[in-house]
This record gives sequence, C-alpha cells and structure tokens, in this order.
Amino acid sequence: MKETLGTTGLILNEPLLWEKGKKGRSGFSLPRRDVESAPIDESLVGEGPDFPDLSEVDVVRHYTRLSTWNFGVDTGMYPLGSCTMKYNPKTNERQARLPGLAGSHPLLPQSLSQGVLRLMFELQEYLAEITGMDAVTLQPAAGAHGELTGMLVMHAYHQSKGHQPSKIIVPDTAHGTNPSSAALCGYRPVPVKSNEQGILSTESIAEIMDEDTAGIMVTNPNTLGLFEENIRAIAEIVHGKGGLVYCDGANMNAVMGVVQMGKIGIDVMHLNLHKTFSTPHGGGGPGSGPVAVKDHLEPFLPVPRVVEEKGAYRLSYAFPKSIGKVQAFHGNVGVMIKAYSYILSLGPEDLKKTSQLAVLNANYIKKKLKDTLYLAYDRPCMHECVFSDKNQKAHKVMTLDMAKRLMDYGYHPPTVYFPLVVDGAIMIEPTETECKEDLDLFIEAFKAIAKEAEENGELLTQAPTKPKLRRLDETTAARKPCLVG
Amino acid sequence: MRYLPHTSEDVASMLKVVGKESLDDLFSSIPEDCRVSDRLSLPEPLTEWELNEKLSTLSNAMAVSPDSKVFLGAGSYEHFIPESVSYLLGRSEFVTSYTPYQPELSQGTLQAIYEFQTLTARLLGMEVATASHYDGATALAEALLMAIRVSRKKKVAVSSLIHPYYRRVAQTYLHPAGYEIVELPHLENGRTDLASIAGMNDLAAVAVQSPNFFGCVEDLQAVGNAAHETGGLFICAFTEPLAYGLLKNPGSQEADIVCGEGQSLGIPQSFGGPALGLFSGRMKFVRNMPGRLVGQTTDLEGRRGFVLTLATREQHIRRERATSNICTNNSLCALSAAMYMSSLGGTGLQELARLNYDKSEYLKSALRKAGCTLPFDVPTFNEFVAVFPGGFDTTYQRLLERGIVAGLPLATFYPELKNHYLLCVTETKSKADLDALVREVTS
Repeated sequence: MKETLGTTGLILNEPLLWEKGKKGRSGFSLPRRDVESAPIDESLVGEGPDFPDLSEVDVVRHYTRLSTWNFGVDTGMYPLGSCTMKYNPKTNERQARLPGLAGSHPLLPQSLSQGVLRLMFELQEYLAEITGMDAVTLQPAAGAHGELTGMLVMHAYHQSKGHQPSKIIVPDTAHGTNPSSAALCGYRPVPVKSNEQGILSTESIAEIMDEDTAGIMVTNPNTLGLFEENIRAIAEIVHGKGGLVYCDGANMNAVMGVVQMGKIGIDVMHLNLHKTFSTPHGGGGPGSGPVAVKDHLEPFLPVPRVVEEKGAYRLSYAFPKSIGKVQAFHGNVGVMIKAYSYILSLGPEDLKKTSQLAVLNANYIKKKLKDTLYLAYDRPCMHECVFSDKNQKAHKVMTLDMAKRLMDYGYHPPTVYFPLVVDGAIMIEPTETECKEDLDLFIEAFKAIAKEAEENGELLTQAPTKPKLRRLDETTAARKPCLVG
Repeated sequence: MRYLPHTSEDVASMLKVVGKESLDDLFSSIPEDCRVSDRLSLPEPLTEWELNEKLSTLSNAMAVSPDSKVFLGAGSYEHFIPESVSYLLGRSEFVTSYTPYQPELSQGTLQAIYEFQTLTARLLGMEVATASHYDGATALAEALLMAIRVSRKKKVAVSSLIHPYYRRVAQTYLHPAGYEIVELPHLENGRTDLASIAGMNDLAAVAVQSPNFFGCVEDLQAVGNAAHETGGLFICAFTEPLAYGLLKNPGSQEADIVCGEGQSLGIPQSFGGPALGLFSGRMKFVRNMPGRLVGQTTDLEGRRGFVLTLATREQHIRRERATSNICTNNSLCALSAAMYMSSLGGTGLQELARLNYDKSEYLKSALRKAGCTLPFDVPTFNEFVAVFPGGFDTTYQRLLERGIVAGLPLATFYPELKNHYLLCVTETKSKADLDALVREVTS
C-alpha cells in the first residue's frame, strides 16, 4: 500500500491530574503579601478544595501530552460537514490577546472603552452588509444561543401583534438545535419533509402554514448542501399568514458575496463566527452566534446595543421592546475580535472567493467520489456533499467503520449519520482552505478504504488502530456514568 | 490571499473536473433574484502588518492595568494568569479541534474536560459538574429551568442580590414559557431577606448568590433550610469562585444546584466574554441536567478513556424534548480553568483566596478610618460596598480621566443606593494602589 498520512509516533501516557503531584508543590507565583492577615469569622471558613498540588513542569507536561492525543485543523484535514472546519489564522489570535482588549473590564465607563466599542460597532455593520440584513446583535454566545435569541425575537414580535401562535415549521433536514431552541419559546415544531430533490417544495409549506404557525426555521443552504431554490416563494406563503422566516446561517460559508439573505425573504438569521468567519472551535467553544434581522424586528433585539453618536460609541439599554439580556455582558468579544480581523484581512473580493472555493472544493470531492460512495442527491452542491454507505453495506461495512478507518489514514472523519434524512449519511465539507493536492490525497484515501471494504472488511470494523486508543465503550459510559474522579 | 491555497491552474483544472466554465457557474442553481447585485461594500483588505497597527490602536484606546487602576468586580475579576496557562492554551491541537464527537481523536480534550468536571465539583462541593456553559448568567437561567423540570412547579424565588444582569437573563429565558419569578428583597445587613418565602409551597427553587452582588457572604445553611421547607430546590449562584478557596463551599451547605461564573479561574476579562459557565448538581438530578458531560470508560483493549456521555438528554438526539438547546460548551475556557486550578493546587488556591480577602479587608479598614461608611456589616470576600460623601460623582469623573475607576456606582442598579459604590480588590492591587485610592476618594 502507498504510504498514507496516518502513521504512529511515540505517544506518551499521562495519568489523571490527581494521580500525580505532592502536597507542598506549586505551579503559581504567589503575589507578594504586602498587607497583614485580617481577622475572619472562622465559622465561614472551609477546608479548601481537594486539588492536587503540582509544579509548573508537572502542569506543562500534563497538558502538552494531552494535546498530542487530539486532532485539530492544524494537524490535518477535518472535513466535518456543517461545521466549517477551516483554517484558523494565527494573526487573529494575536489581536484577541492584545492587552487593552483581553484585559478590559466589561463595565468600564464608555470613555475608557472606545476601542472595543468601535470594533463591535464596525463588526455589526460588516455582518449586516455580508448578510444584506438591516441590524445585528453580537450578543449570542454560540450558534444554538443565536437560534434561541432569534426565536425569542420572533416570539416578542408576535406578542407585539397581539397574537401568539403555538407552532413552528421545522424541515426534516434541520439541525437538532432548531426544534429545541423553538421549544424553549413554547413553540411546537411541525416537521416538513424535503422533496425528492432534497429541498423544500412550495406546496408542502402552503399545505401546513396557517395563522397558528409562528413561521419557519430554514437552513439555507440546507444540511444536504443544497440551496433552497424555492425560498422566496416559501417566504411569501409564510408572510402571507403572518409568519416570519428564520434562517439558520450555519452554512453561510457557501454564499458570502453571492446570496443576499435580506433579499430572499429572511426576517431573522444567525451566523456562526466560529464557522464562516474562521474563529477556532476550541474543542467545543467558545463560539459566537450574532443575529441579524430586518428593520421590523430591530426593536426586539437583545440589549445592550452598541450605538454610535458623532463618532463616539456607547452601549445603550434604551430599547423598551427588547427581549432583554441573553448573556451577562456583551457577548464573546474575544471571538468577535478574531472574526473582525478575518473580515479585514480578506476584504470584499476574497470573502466572495472564499465561498466560491469552498463550493468548488465540495463539488470536486463529490465528482471524484460519486463512483465510490453512494451519492444521496446527485445535484450541484454548495459547500458540502452528502454520501451514504449504501454501496458498502453489501460487504457488512457501515458509515461508522469507514469513518473510523479514515483516522488510520490521517484524517478526521466527516460528519456521520447526519442529516437524518439520509440513511447512513457521510457529510463532507472540505472548506476552501484545503488545496487540490490535499483533496486528492483525501479522495485517494477514501477510495482505498472502499476497496478495503470489499476485500477485507475487518480492517474497517476493527478500525481505528493507529490513534492512542481504539473504539471506546460508549454504552457502559452511559449506563454506569462515571463523571468525576 | 494566504488562506486561499488555490492557484489559477488549480481552479481551472478543478472546474474542468466538475464540468463548469467559471467559479460563478458553480452557483447556477441559485435563482437570479436571490443573488447579491453589487460587490460587498466592505473595507479593502489589510496586510498582516496593517492589521496589527489597526488593532493595536483600538487596544490602546482602552483603560487596563497597569496604566489604569480599575477597582471593578461585579461579575468580572482581574486576576493574574500564569504565562504557563496562556502558553499551554495556545496548543493548536486544543484550539483548532471540534467538539469531541470522535473520541479516538479527541482524548486530549476529553480527559481535560473530565478533570475540569472533577475539579469544579470539588471546588463547589458537589457530586457532578458539566463540561461548562456560556457564562454564569445563562448557567443560572438553565438551573432555574432545570428546577422547574424536576419539580413540575412554575414559580421560582430569586434574591434581589443576585447580579442584576443575571436576573435579566433569567427573565429572558423564563418569560416566554410563562414561568414566574418572585424577587426576594434584601435586609439592611446586606443579605437576602427570606421572610416572604415562609409558607410558600409552589416554588420550584430558591436562588441566592454568595458572595452576593454587594460582596456579602450569605448564610447558605439558613437559605438551604428555608428553601427545602418550601419543597423547592436550593440553587446557589456565584460570580467569584475564588471565594470558595477560603469559604465553606455551597455543597456542604445543602445546595442542590451550584452554578455561576468561572472567569476568575485563569480566563482574561475580554470585555466580558468569552466567559465560563460552571454548573454542578447532585448526582440524582444528572439526567435532568443541561449541557455536555464527559464520562470515563474503556476502549476495546480495556484501556482507560473518555467519551461524551448521557447524550440522550441532548438536542441532537432528543430534539424538542432535550433538557436544553445548548450544543457546544465553552470548552477552551474550561480548559483554561482546569490549567489554572491545577497550577494553583489546593494550597495555592487557598493562599490566593486569603490574600484577596486580606487586601479587601485592608481597604475596608483604611476607608473606614478615612471617614467613609461601609453600610453592610456581614463578612465579604474581595468586594464590598462603600458610601462616599455627597458630590462624590464629580470626583469619580475626575478620577476616570486619570484612569482610576473607583468602583461601580450602585444607583444604576438600585436607585435607592445613592452614593453607594461597589469596590473590588484582588491580588493585582498593591498596598500602595489601595493607599492611593483612599487618598483620592477622600481628598
């Protein structure tokens, strides 16, 4: 077999924190004690936490070893569909660490915080321009938090009209966060199926949309990587019955500079700065999920809003119809700084090119792999394509086995078993930051794995063998939870 | 552009493979009337070096240590962060990975989060802690919703000495579904007045914060007893977890859910975010808890390993019946906190907490000597309220011009507390800083 990216090296074992250390060690330079010890009511004093005492070297080796058990975008290709695992530029990290930004207190008076307020104001403007929407809040801490905020805005809008519907339409291709965010607002999700082309039909929406429905939550492009071509007609139907159109903007990386969301009937949408705008995922956050709305929903956005007056910026709470606060302070500013830096580094032309190349890469993979893997919807895709394990099932090999085998080849697996509408789904999103040679290597690896599936399926069902651990027993973990040590 | 690796030859050959004439052709499935008609109106691109200059200018327009002296706490605390923590946190295997859905390639994150859950549970005295939430305010809102789920009651009692912003977030989360929040007033000594809950039997939970927004340590045992007498759960919130390096933890005082903000544990203030929501509870409630959990298990060869677990509570499995819509946590912030807690150790955390207390007591006593009133007489940790003489607001403004922020004016949040200021003193302030502040505010 030709040499692949995946190999094994010396990986060091490392115990749990409390299995090392010794009382009396320290990894912290205790600040100078320049005041006397003050009396204290002893009845309030506790025993102090039972933490291990470690030296600085202990701590550094511990986390350095742990880090080598992880796979990141900097390690290699990470084609997780719907997650947009693009390269995270290093200069953005530098900007977020600047002492004036990283060290600033959220309640600083406005005269002492003009720098960050200006940055936030400008980022709002840039995101409004990119989406074609009218107003933006940067407060939500993540995509799901953005959805919740969007739903709360929708709820407040209907309240202001004096009629609160009880349902909301959620297509079967939606992220699981959609129905659960809607449920927090008391809306009952009404599912709707996509058609044989993988998109929503106008008729299916017309059939179920009524005055007791708050609106629809669409993901566009959807989770099959397809553009919802009927979106304008669908929006018209929804608006006709007094509803609103919510767009999950998780897949915005496909259409920057191409589609104007404000023009296609979207009333409210969220963006994921940690997907489209290159901020790192951090092993599961922190993210940032700004919400963009059209004029008629602006009064309901969360407070505080960043406003500008004669070149001075301030936080304003003077929006009486606002849904209120969704976070203690003003959102994940550290993440916003990175997205702001990204937009300024690319500019208008290269942001559009980013989307074009993301779509080119996905179509390239789709074309090159469609004879190997079963292609669920053979149509031009956007930034991701969805295959399934239909061809391999005859050899008793499933999606999960191929995913695990990819690890041995040196790749993070794609998203698997999602979207739910495709049985055994394999959802590949290469992003624009992968070059042609790396895509070719990935394609070759997948073809080699498909061949192994036919000839020696055990290589797959036993995979992975090269990472530090082999498959883990998730059933026992859930049945007998051991959550603390 | 250095992030876009395609040469024009690459583009040409790839377009040929996919059977398209141009990059624009790739979007032919998008109806014309959905397209952007114009070029995006955004600033022209900056070089790396121009970007550095631009951001440095913005950074320099902010008041931060050491040039400025900011005596603000109120939910965001200035603490020293060891370079080893910042350095380790830059390991890109941690930074550039996704939520650990594929455990074989994510053992680093998973073990670190398991350790984080353990250290958090030990700090708060609880049986189980989640992999983190967005921030203290959303953790509290989720705790209230959880209590409502567990008890099937629709009303919660919340202390007026919980951070005002946390209460607003709780209001936002609870309002649409029609749940009721009863606010508990405060006593003259700076603690929550529990008198009104006696005899209530329709409460899902009673929530207080300790140390509370005034910096005062609540009598948690008494709150716990009162809460349990109503049949509701006792939720203890906090904004300054360092306090539990010194004070008795809430778990040892009957709390059922302990939740709050973990920013103090090695996370830069960053104008308020990203922060770190800590959430912990009793094991019997674990299947009702919101948020991610990491559990220990074994691999095919019997070796110890870690996975995300109890996912059947979560949105991607249970959809609209999930315990929360939360998807990711604030993993990297949780990792900072774990690194910070392990760097300090039990001994270091205790010593640092004591130093915060002692410095704050020093300032209290110096202000008292200089003639200021400290209106609340119960013990505090590293924050407290002082009353400055009438007309102090002009002094306050004058001090701002010199980069001194002499506390938070409380009248913004509690209109009856005119001339009351909430002051915070951590280990980052020297005795000389404190003496200078006393001179400035009393001169």
